Amino acid sequence: MTAIANNSAAAPLTIDGVIIDDAELKKRLDKAMFRSRFRAFLLVLPLLLFIVFSFILPIAYFLMQGIYDSSFSSKMPEVTKSLKDWDAVSEPTEEMYAALAADLRVVSANKTIGRVATRVNREFPGSRSLFTSTGRSISKLEAPYKESLVKKKKKWADIRVWQGMKTASRTWTPGYYAAAVDLKLNADGSIDQQVEKRRIHIKLFLRTLKISFLVTLFCVVLGYPIAFLLATLPVRTSNLLLILVLLPFWTSILVRTTAWIAMLQSQGVVNDLLVYFGVTDDGSRYSLIYNQLGTLIAMTHILLPFMVLPLYSVMKGIPPSYMRAAKSLGATNWTAFWRVYAPQTIPGIGAGGILVFIVAIGYYITPALVGGQEGSMISNFIDSHMRQTLNWNLAAALGGVLLFVVLIFYWLYDRIVGIDNMKLG
Amino acid sequence: MAIPAYAGWGERLWYYTFRFLCGLIFLFLISPILIVLPLSFNAENYFSFTPGMLGLDPDAFSLRHYKDILTNGMANPERLTGWWSDAWNNAQWIRSMRNSFFIGFFATIIATVLGTLAAVGLSRSEMPFKKKIMALLISPMIVPLVITGAGIFRGFSDGARLINSFGAWLADFGGPLTWIGNWLNEFELVYTHLGVILSHAVLGTPFVIITVTATLVGFDQSLVRAAYGMGATPLRTFFKVQMPLILPGVISGALFAFVTSFDEVVVVIAMASVEQRTIPRQMFSGIREQISPTILAVATILVVLSIALLATLELIRRRGERLRGVTPA
Repeated sequence: MTAIANNSAAAPLTIDGVIIDDAELKKRLDKAMFRSRFRAFLLVLPLLLFIVFSFILPIAYFLMQGIYDSSFSSKMPEVTKSLKDWDAVSEPTEEMYAALAADLRVVSANKTIGRVATRVNREFPGSRSLFTSTGRSISKLEAPYKESLVKKKKKWADIRVWQGMKTASRTWTPGYYAAAVDLKLNADGSIDQQVEKRRIHIKLFLRTLKISFLVTLFCVVLGYPIAFLLATLPVRTSNLLLILVLLPFWTSILVRTTAWIAMLQSQGVVNDLLVYFGVTDDGSRYSLIYNQLGTLIAMTHILLPFMVLPLYSVMKGIPPSYMRAAKSLGATNWTAFWRVYAPQTIPGIGAGGILVFIVAIGYYITPALVGGQEGSMISNFIDSHMRQTLNWNLAAALGGVLLFVVLIFYWLYDRIVGIDNMKLG
Repeated sequence: MAIPAYAGWGERLWYYTFRFLCGLIFLFLISPILIVLPLSFNAENYFSFTPGMLGLDPDAFSLRHYKDILTNGMANPERLTGWWSDAWNNAQWIRSMRNSFFIGFFATIIATVLGTLAAVGLSRSEMPFKKKIMALLISPMIVPLVITGAGIFRGFSDGARLINSFGAWLADFGGPLTWIGNWLNEFELVYTHLGVILSHAVLGTPFVIITVTATLVGFDQSLVRAAYGMGATPLRTFFKVQMPLILPGVISGALFAFVTSFDEVVVVIAMASVEQRTIPRQMFSGIREQISPTILAVATILVVLSIALLATLELIRRRGERLRGVTPA
């Protein structure tokens, strides 16, 4: 009752018979808002924790290896310490040789010398056997160590071995990222360009970008007409034709890659047809697969649905009356299409194009199976570093660069399309 | 887009050319998948059509590659008794099929439950940091699989080491803690089914989030408030009001998650030993090592599976449209 009596300019509210003023109201509202926000957050929390612990942290941990490498410094602590003050040009001193001998004794006894040798060998190729052979006869080594080490193996006097060790002794190192973009970290900490014949990564990145760009382009060129056809046909017919897009979309990538091998190999269907129609003769069949062409064809086929589906959903939303209005105002078919219809489909091209590009740039399976040597991409190279050369650090650095490029396009996608507008099927 | 009666010859020509070009593109899309079907019945051990097949000679076709799926790797394919259990336990393709369904099933359950909950939270207007969290949760879909595979492999193997040493520490306390500690001490993720299931669940969640949020866009939040107002508990509201309406999204998200797991090979290459080989992993090494038409027979079975899947999705879509049709806007 009091509330009604005081119903003037600043009326206090009553809840359950308790009078509350503005400040109290604000406090309660804040509290209620906080609670509902917290409740919404609690729903997301389980997945967030799951993704952080089994995706974000593992990847961060893997990528950290691109800048962190303790394989030398943890096993060779003495020589690491003495290398720290060395200027990388003057002659190594007796203390440094003594530290080296002490460390070599330890790693030779606990059988980790192979790893140390591998690490230095990456910096100065050809030094692997120097370590392993010295390790075998380390017990016979006596002071003065400089003299006895050099006597055993002349190469210990080579300053490049020491420079290699100095570079390898860095625990936090920019060396792998430098190597990933064809630069070279020197012992004194400076960075120059890698020698001509070892510059392979930039080339590979460019090739990956080129293949991804071409695949995206082919997807736009092939996807646009059929999305247009699907959007303008009557629903009954277009639903039937849509199956032809969706069936490949839902079919395993391995199945489609296998199918392309059956199609494109030299005894395959396409070559058989070409021979049958007399385009080429039996002796000179085209090599359509295990090269860049094979990668391009198979990847375009696999990613085409990713282009068609967003384009189709955008085109579905364009009222046909716009085109009719343009034509009734005197536009030719081409002008009506180019000036009225096409600009409205740009969001669809953007959505599909960026998605195709993002997926293409990290592609692994198809290039590995049908790409051969010149059709392989950066993912295949990263994989071979992990599996064959066992250089996980370089793999992590290359992966970091690749991820950086992908994230730029992800960010672009978010800006242009918006992640919450992503649609499937 | 029927051609109007007044169209000139130029328009007619363009109309038919355009249709012809579209036909070619559709042919490009569908022909590789269709070509697999007849090739898998090849009686020879070739990956291409034999003259006999082209002449429709019945002898040129056989089911031998399908038989090979069942028998390859069996201890004794000729034996008559106990044949089925031998195939079930030893045949390579059967084992990889079991692995694929086992891993896919559990990965789908984890991805669907966590993804649906998160999508419900994310589509509430009061959710803080909505866009940032969404971007983070969708990221497994866009990070290149080689990086995901390597990261999860390294993270899971060293993470398990961490859990092992925690277990060893725990085991010293005695009592039930010893038992738990010893169990944790033996815990492994890499080269186990659990590890592959968890990593596939990670890869599947973005699809669930996307499909469920899409169905929640049209969801009328006042329905929830109405249910609360009538005294329903949050749990009851979720299962009785929200769930039936978002079910199409949940099911298609689950299907996406399952197919993602069923089709995934890069992470399996990193995470799985021979014991966890899935169908695509087996196909991958099959293509790399010896190309035999058995792979085409497997491919045919997978194509039939995806047709079934497509039909299921279509039914769900129709049901969803019907349901949303009766929901007042």
